[in-house]
Amino acid sequence: MSATTERGAAVGAVGSVAAGADGAAAATPVISVHVPPHSLASELRAIRIVWQRDLIRFVNDRIRIAATLVQPLLFLFVLGSGLQRLSSAGTHGVNLKTFIYPGILCIAVMFTAMFSAASIVWDREFGFLREMMVAPVRRSSIVIGKCLGGATVACSQGIIMILLAGLVHVPYAPLLILAIFGLQLLLAFTITAFGVMIAARIKQMQAFFGVMQMIVMPMFFISGALFPASGLPQWLEILNRLDPLTYAVDPMRRLVFSHLHVSAAARAALDPGVTWWGWHVPGLLEAGVIALLGLAMLAVAIAEFSRVE
Amino acid sequence: MSDSAATDAGIVSTARSPDGAAVWVDGLVKRYAEVEAVRGIDFEVATGEVFGFLGPNGAGKTTTINMLCTLVKPTAGAARVAGHDVVRERDDVRRNIGLVFQDPTLDAYLTAAQNLRLHAELYRLEKKVIAPRMRQVLEMVGLWERRSSTVGTFSGGMRRRLEIARGMMHSPRVLFLDEPTIGLDPQTRRSIWGYIGELREREEITIFMTTHYMDEAEWCDRIAIMDHGQIVALDAPEELKSQVGHDRVTINTDDDDAAIAALRERFGVEARVHEGAVTFGVPGGEQFVPRLFDEWDPAHPPIRSVSVSRPTLDDVFMSHTGTTIRDAEEDQAKNRNRMMVQMMGGGRR
Ligand SMILES: Nc1ncnc2c1ncn2[C@@H]1O[C@H](COP(=O)(O)OP(=O)(O)OP(=O)(O)O)[C@@H](O)[C@H]1O
Ligand SMILES: [Mg+2]
Repeated sequence: MSATTERGAAVGAVGSVAAGADGAAAATPVISVHVPPHSLASELRAIRIVWQRDLIRFVNDRIRIAATLVQPLLFLFVLGSGLQRLSSAGTHGVNLKTFIYPGILCIAVMFTAMFSAASIVWDREFGFLREMMVAPVRRSSIVIGKCLGGATVACSQGIIMILLAGLVHVPYAPLLILAIFGLQLLLAFTITAFGVMIAARIKQMQAFFGVMQMIVMPMFFISGALFPASGLPQWLEILNRLDPLTYAVDPMRRLVFSHLHVSAAARAALDPGVTWWGWHVPGLLEAGVIALLGLAMLAVAIAEFSRVE
Repeated sequence: MSDSAATDAGIVSTARSPDGAAVWVDGLVKRYAEVEAVRGIDFEVATGEVFGFLGPNGAGKTTTINMLCTLVKPTAGAARVAGHDVVRERDDVRRNIGLVFQDPTLDAYLTAAQNLRLHAELYRLEKKVIAPRMRQVLEMVGLWERRSSTVGTFSGGMRRRLEIARGMMHSPRVLFLDEPTIGLDPQTRRSIWGYIGELREREEITIFMTTHYMDEAEWCDRIAIMDHGQIVALDAPEELKSQVGHDRVTINTDDDDAAIAALRERFGVEARVHEGAVTFGVPGGEQFVPRLFDEWDPAHPPIRSVSVSRPTLDDVFMSHTGTTIRDAEEDQAKNRNRMMVQMMGGGRR
């Protein structure tokens, strides 16, 4: 310990750097380290540390945490209460906040996931990406770690939404909660993978957010987060079926409605379910669509980042 | 490839074999759309050497480092670092090198220790050596006490020191330092050179660095002078200076014009007034001074003082490129400004 303080002082004194160095060299032998060839275990370690970094940064970022807490309240209560005044006749006695709850949950998770993916663009701008790119690990490990990190952070948003469920009359049934949790986790991962894929190509923050806005806002409005996905004009129905977010909102809404005591008419009007050419798409398949998209985008993102330069 | 190795073998007798050298470069070229950043360079760096790349802005130093550290793929030529090919054995190269980039690459939101830990995990260091090794490198750069501070609160010099510590964390065999001291005050620069000296003594490491500070190049065992993507000279600083072939002699007299005329007539040297004194270059300046006094006519204006200096690296740079490094950089800056105007106008990239 005393050697340390001496060295600290020596560095400050002009010209005595070398002398201080000699002292330290004599005192402590060099700790020998070496970098082993890569292995599966080492790649898992890399994935873990990239993931951990995102969490540490999130936990240290008070503003982001505050936004995570406030954002869903804003969406759910301001939007929900406001729209309720217009549409109480059309909701068959179901609280509009309950109806839009799944959609709001999805969009809140989506925004957070986008934001996490944007950190890759920051990392490039502030140079840190190069530190990871030149490390002796597969680029795929970095991309996977990044996607998992983003998904985890976005998940915290999902958990807050789940905690709020009671306030909008969604029951805290264990199975329901578990299923919603699983679905939003899937969505968080897919959206982060999407963002990372975009970030591989788009190198400026402003452009990134521009592209995101161009994609995310329409996705939100088209997805049926704010309206039932049946009886739409043809053009909107086609867009709705093409929107990946549809396949996250729909099964989640079905889950919520299956735990509500509502009339058959309300169910038919508000939770008609997504159909493909008249065929009702089962929830599991919808989840599969999200998962498949996520994996495909992850693969593209990995390929993009694996190119040299 | 092979024929260039053969021709160079005559110059560096033992060296032109890729084995054993820490860095071995053969005909390396990097062409971008608009510029040929590196135009066929050959050199090699022996294990344990401190090797410097000296050159003005845009000479191609960073591009060379990027190729050697596997971040950029060469357009042509080959290079081996720590015995591994930079294109085919990327992972092996990466395991064996440490890097301090020209631009900062720390995570400013993490603490110093967290930055190092992340590095240690990415480089898969054995768990139990991470903590002691971290302490060792942090103590070396005098940042152990600040290990729990967020990097965002560090000064530029502290960040640079932390980056050097991080580059050392995994005991690389070759450490690349791209302008490690740029923008730092003289004191911090000196201490960074202190660490570099310390490193060489303590660990078996080869250091490859770039700089455009002439005084720093003097610290290197050998330097390569790079200009417009080519190596124009490569040798130990002393050798390079002696190759310039003359020392600089400066004399003070009461009548400079008469002195210059006398020098021309009697000694056959072209002198000129530089910073208020008569200055000229001659081979073997120290031997020239006694002769100067012996043969100086009493009729000439008396010499008040005389000084002899060895050629500096500035002179070396000048003799190889025809400009001083500062002029070269000013030209570059002008080009860059022009480019920037073009880019803003044309909306490229
Ligand atoms: N990614 C790139 N795309 C296009 N041109 C590039 C790229 N990177 C470098 N260049 C060009 O290559 C040339 C050499 O650049 P380089 O960064 O290697 O110079 P340098 O010697 O490191 O200069 P400095 O002292 O300013 O760091 C420059 O003309 C630069 O514009
Ligand atoms: Mg450079």
